[in-house]
Amino acid sequence: MTTTTTTAAPVTAQEESHRVRRRRGLSPGKRLPASRLIGPALVVALWAVASAAGQLDPGAIPAPWTVLRTAGHLWTAGTLRTDILTSLERAGYGFAIGLTAGVALALAAGLSRVGEALIDGTVQLNRAIPTLGLIPLFILWLGIGETFKIAIIAIVVYIPIYLNTHAALSGIDSRFVELAEVQGLSRWAFIRQIVIPGALPGFFVGLRLGVTGSWLGLVVLEQINATSGLGYMMFQAQNYGQSDVILVGLLVYGVFGLISDSAVRLIERRVLSWRRTLSS
Amino acid sequence: MAPHTEQLTRPAVQLRGLTRSFEGRTVLDGIDLDLPAGQFTALLGHSGSGKSTLLRAVAGLDHKVAGSGQLSAPERVSVVFQDSRLLPWRRVLANVLLGLDGKDAERKGREALAEVGLKGRERAWPNELSGGEAQRAALARSLVREPELLLADEPFGALDALTRIRMHTLLRELWERHRPSVLLVTHDVDEAIVLADRVLVLDQGRVGLDLTIDRPHPRSYRDPLLGDYRERLLTALGVTEDHK
Repeated sequence: MTTTTTTAAPVTAQEESHRVRRRRGLSPGKRLPASRLIGPALVVALWAVASAAGQLDPGAIPAPWTVLRTAGHLWTAGTLRTDILTSLERAGYGFAIGLTAGVALALAAGLSRVGEALIDGTVQLNRAIPTLGLIPLFILWLGIGETFKIAIIAIVVYIPIYLNTHAALSGIDSRFVELAEVQGLSRWAFIRQIVIPGALPGFFVGLRLGVTGSWLGLVVLEQINATSGLGYMMFQAQNYGQSDVILVGLLVYGVFGLISDSAVRLIERRVLSWRRTLSS
Repeated sequence: MAPHTEQLTRPAVQLRGLTRSFEGRTVLDGIDLDLPAGQFTALLGHSGSGKSTLLRAVAGLDHKVAGSGQLSAPERVSVVFQDSRLLPWRRVLANVLLGLDGKDAERKGREALAEVGLKGRERAWPNELSGGEAQRAALARSLVREPELLLADEPFGALDALTRIRMHTLLRELWERHRPSVLLVTHDVDEAIVLADRVLVLDQGRVGLDLTIDRPHPRSYRDPLLGDYRERLLTALGVTEDHK
């Protein structure tokens, strides 16, 4: 017992002096290189190892190389290309319409009291209704063609963009409004130089949610009633028990989701470069 | 130089029976006040004495405040706030040029920044400036408009003591070069004495003391003759010997 206390004493003294010199850091520390790819790469590696070891039923989860081979076949046959293009077109149109509508409505509601009275409550009501629940009604109204799919995607996209942009617009610091008055800014100059740049961070939050939403809407729409597109391809594959084709579809969705999200992040970093000084 | 002499004789700011109240509480109670053109005036008072209300009235920023009375102020008025109020998404030069257009706007902006000692910082973001630098940029923004009247609402209140002293020298220098009328709202008696040629004490919505400080510039905090002024101002502010 005595020996332990004597050996413990210098150690605590050392710890003591160390604690005085430097506090324990609470930040997670330096970021690992390519950190966002480590997790997915590990999953793929496990998947490959399990397949090679014969631990996975190839009918339920085919090996990664089978999926890649199937993707190659589908691509050379031309069907995958058409399906991807159809899906991209739907998502693109829906997203563009939703983006325009979301920004236009947010500006109208954020910049005028009349606009706010007319628009804000209506959008909040729209938000309370699950958009995918509108599908049956939209099919009755617009037919089962492309129009209703694009309309649904547009609604899924416009809501987060509207909400975040509107919140950012109404949250503009009143001190900046006062500054604009002092500096004698015209209404238009005030909107262009203070309101819009001030609302951009909120807009980008909405934009990222909107991008994700457009893919989500697409998957659901193409799986329930479509005659082409990635979702249709996967639905057909389900009927024929082609799990590799289903995985190809999921892979494409995942890649598109990642690419579009990274693109928005990149634009955000460029446009909001003044914020980097804060986070770095 | 006829217009110049006219400017000197006609007050820059004229208040007659200026009354302002918030929710029935009278903050300014019929103030009559003339500020001669080119005079450096400081306005002292307790917090809640209405000094900011007075400044905001002169600046024309009190749209929603109930009140009456007459007020005349020059065309070109600049305001410096307690916070620098730089837009974080514009670089320093663009902040200085806010609301200014015309061909040599940029040249004037650069000159104003050089004048406040921020030459070379034109392309910095406001986040990268220290508190003192940000307030210098705010001063440049108000100067570039060549104001006839400069209103400053506790502009150095958020700065540390050493930076504040440097800013006092800078403000006084800028005033001597450009000669706008200045109304400086402050709660710091020493700041008022060192900077201003006339100090007003606002008490219960009225001007309780109107003191002309007749000492040469630059003034030192150590000047013993300023002690008498300090004594009178502190008495007017209700600070008696026991409080010290």
